[in-house]
Amino acid sequence: MSAHVHAAPAPVGGRLLNAVSFVCAVLILSAFAILALRFWGGLGAVTNLNDGYPWGIWVVGDVVIGSAFACGGFSVAMLVYIFNKGEYHPLVRPALLASLFGYSLAGAGVIFDLGRYWNFWHILWPGYASPNSVMFEVAACISLYILVMWLEFSPTFFEKFGWTNAQRKVGRAMFFLIGLGTVLPMMHQSSLGSMLIVFGTQLHPLWQTMALPAIYLISAITLGYAVVLFESCVAAAGYRRSIEMHLLTPLSKVMLGMLGVYLALRFGDLIVRGAIATAFEPTLQAFMFWLESIAFVLPLRILGSPAKRANPANLFTGGAVLMIAGILLRVNSYLVGYQTGDGWSYFPSIPEMMVTFGMFAIEVLAYIVITRRFPVLPREDHAPAGQAA
Amino acid sequence: MSSRRDFLRCALAGGAAVAGAAASPAVQARGNAEISPDAVGLLFDATLCIGCKACVAACKTANNLPVDINTTPDSPWDVPLDTTARTFNVIKVYKDGKATLKDTEQGGYAFMKSSCLHCVDPSCVSACPVSAMLKDPVTGIVSYDKDACIGCRYCVAACPFGIPKYDYDSPTGAIGKCQLCRHRMKDGHYAACAEVCPTGATLYGKVSDLKVEAQRRLALKPGETTVYPRGNLTTGDQPSWEGAVPAYVQHVYGEKEVGGTQMMKLAAVPFDKLGHKPLPERSFSSRSETLQHTLYGGLALPVVALGVMTFLAKRNMPKDDDSTGQHSDKREGGQ
Ligand code: SF4
Ligand code: SF4
Ligand code: SF4
Repeated sequence: MSAHVHAAPAPVGGRLLNAVSFVCAVLILSAFAILALRFWGGLGAVTNLNDGYPWGIWVVGDVVIGSAFACGGFSVAMLVYIFNKGEYHPLVRPALLASLFGYSLAGAGVIFDLGRYWNFWHILWPGYASPNSVMFEVAACISLYILVMWLEFSPTFFEKFGWTNAQRKVGRAMFFLIGLGTVLPMMHQSSLGSMLIVFGTQLHPLWQTMALPAIYLISAITLGYAVVLFESCVAAAGYRRSIEMHLLTPLSKVMLGMLGVYLALRFGDLIVRGAIATAFEPTLQAFMFWLESIAFVLPLRILGSPAKRANPANLFTGGAVLMIAGILLRVNSYLVGYQTGDGWSYFPSIPEMMVTFGMFAIEVLAYIVITRRFPVLPREDHAPAGQAA
Repeated sequence: MSSRRDFLRCALAGGAAVAGAAASPAVQARGNAEISPDAVGLLFDATLCIGCKACVAACKTANNLPVDINTTPDSPWDVPLDTTARTFNVIKVYKDGKATLKDTEQGGYAFMKSSCLHCVDPSCVSACPVSAMLKDPVTGIVSYDKDACIGCRYCVAACPFGIPKYDYDSPTGAIGKCQLCRHRMKDGHYAACAEVCPTGATLYGKVSDLKVEAQRRLALKPGETTVYPRGNLTTGDQPSWEGAVPAYVQHVYGEKEVGGTQMMKLAAVPFDKLGHKPLPERSFSSRSETLQHTLYGGLALPVVALGVMTFLAKRNMPKDDDSTGQHSDKREGGQ
């Protein structure tokens, strides 16, 4: 990878106060107000959760989907360091930054959803921790991964503050952190799928399979690339920078390769198990399954030819559609395909959604602040003023 | 070109390895858990239940539970429609058409008790990340410890019978569920619901005795007269009575379902009508745990993966790369 020479990352600069950051701030404040209510009056005070659907959008949206979206850092780092594709190096820092916040917030977000949050440390405490529980595995891996990511990202801060000594020290351990930063997300992303196995026949056969860990893992890696495409396009548009087409076009091809693996696995599994037949029954589950499947297949069309991949609008759309596909897979397997019978139903309440939007706003705001003030995005040669940090 | 092919080959191999590990008939496959020879439980005979709800009231008293007004907003009665965090036991009714004849599928009605079945291989225990749900190795009672619980509600989601319930109205909500009155056992008492049941519809005892009793009833001819024990089958603490044999459905619900449960049920109306869906014999926890142990048993797979990844990262990383930044010699100063 030393053959590749890139522009060093540099702060984008510019004003922190603008319309986007203002909207984010309003969303964040409303989320906190709702959370205050939740801690005062219990989960029932703000959510539509019930005993038929004890997990709602805070678990499925903030943790299951949020952490899968945050796989960009892991997917790109794997490409660069494990598969030795150094040309993608400039994408590592921005992707890692988004991952860092995605995961840290998912980790923090779990706390609002826990009914007995003051006991949360039990999950990692010998004597309480139960290694047979898939949730234990998820919690242990995610906690460790958040720590690893902050360390992986720390050079950005050290560089900014000129702490060369610390930077050198972390740099020396970096290969090990990268190893951990690859294995840990593989473990917990697959476990987010395994969590559903114990639900047994409560989960519709279109989603209940022993292949869930592989389905979740491979879709998470694919999503990681989709998020990088999406986010690079948005960052380029937002900061009026040039789009890194020379990187994104080949990256989209890697993404399509992974998508092919995913589709082969997903449909192969359905056919082998004979569950595909249930996709032709007139049920909501079958309908949602097809919606999910279409969203997974569409990017192959949108980005199918080299000409299409050379068009930034297609990269953006392809990435966005795949993100929707990832959302659908997760919502379907955790909520739509989860049937406890007995007339239970769940749809997130407005306050519940507001908290999720608030979490998302924190991510966007943090991304803006950090990319404007810290060396994350590659330096643009003819970038506007405001470089001096 | 060739490197892209390499990448895809690697990705495919990785995916196949994970998929293979996930699908293979597990190296450390674990079957259903075995029942303890001293396991205790309940036998509920729906044909004997008269719907008096003495057990519902006794359960409340025995467990010190508050009123639970969750019928409808305008009928303020403490008559919960289902078990909740404050009601561990309810009697539900099945009815069809005019509901005239008891224990008849068409045009009739039947009662059914809803409370924890104390699965032999419980999903709730397998799901709980903090050992707040525990299965007693001797009695097999599935207990709940609210001081350990983090309130994640994985047990609520996982239980195939919809038993553990969470208190959403409390800022410090806990899970509520039947613990087979284990707290009453030290002073010689047993399940309050069985203790008060006037007909013996809810019968307490050692699971092995209850199983024999269940099979005895199924073998009887409808219309014959037989003896029905009450209270504690194993100690025979309450007088029994004689009654006619109903036309049982030939199935002991709970004997095999999800690896067996310590509460078994008999009825004269098909169980799926009584809110008991058919369930496979393999427990869901054994599937889940087999998968987990295959992937993570002894942490062998993750450690090998970590070794490979670290080696590759080390090889592919130039000396001066701090991973997220750039080769320091390429940086144009400024900071
Ligand atoms: S019935 Fe549900 S709560 Fe009771 S032991 Fe079985 S899984 Fe656990
Ligand atoms: S809610 Fe409590 S008892 Fe249930 S799984 Fe979570 S920690 Fe365990
Ligand atoms: S055993 Fe005790 S706690 Fe369980 S249903 Fe009967 S009375 Fe209630």
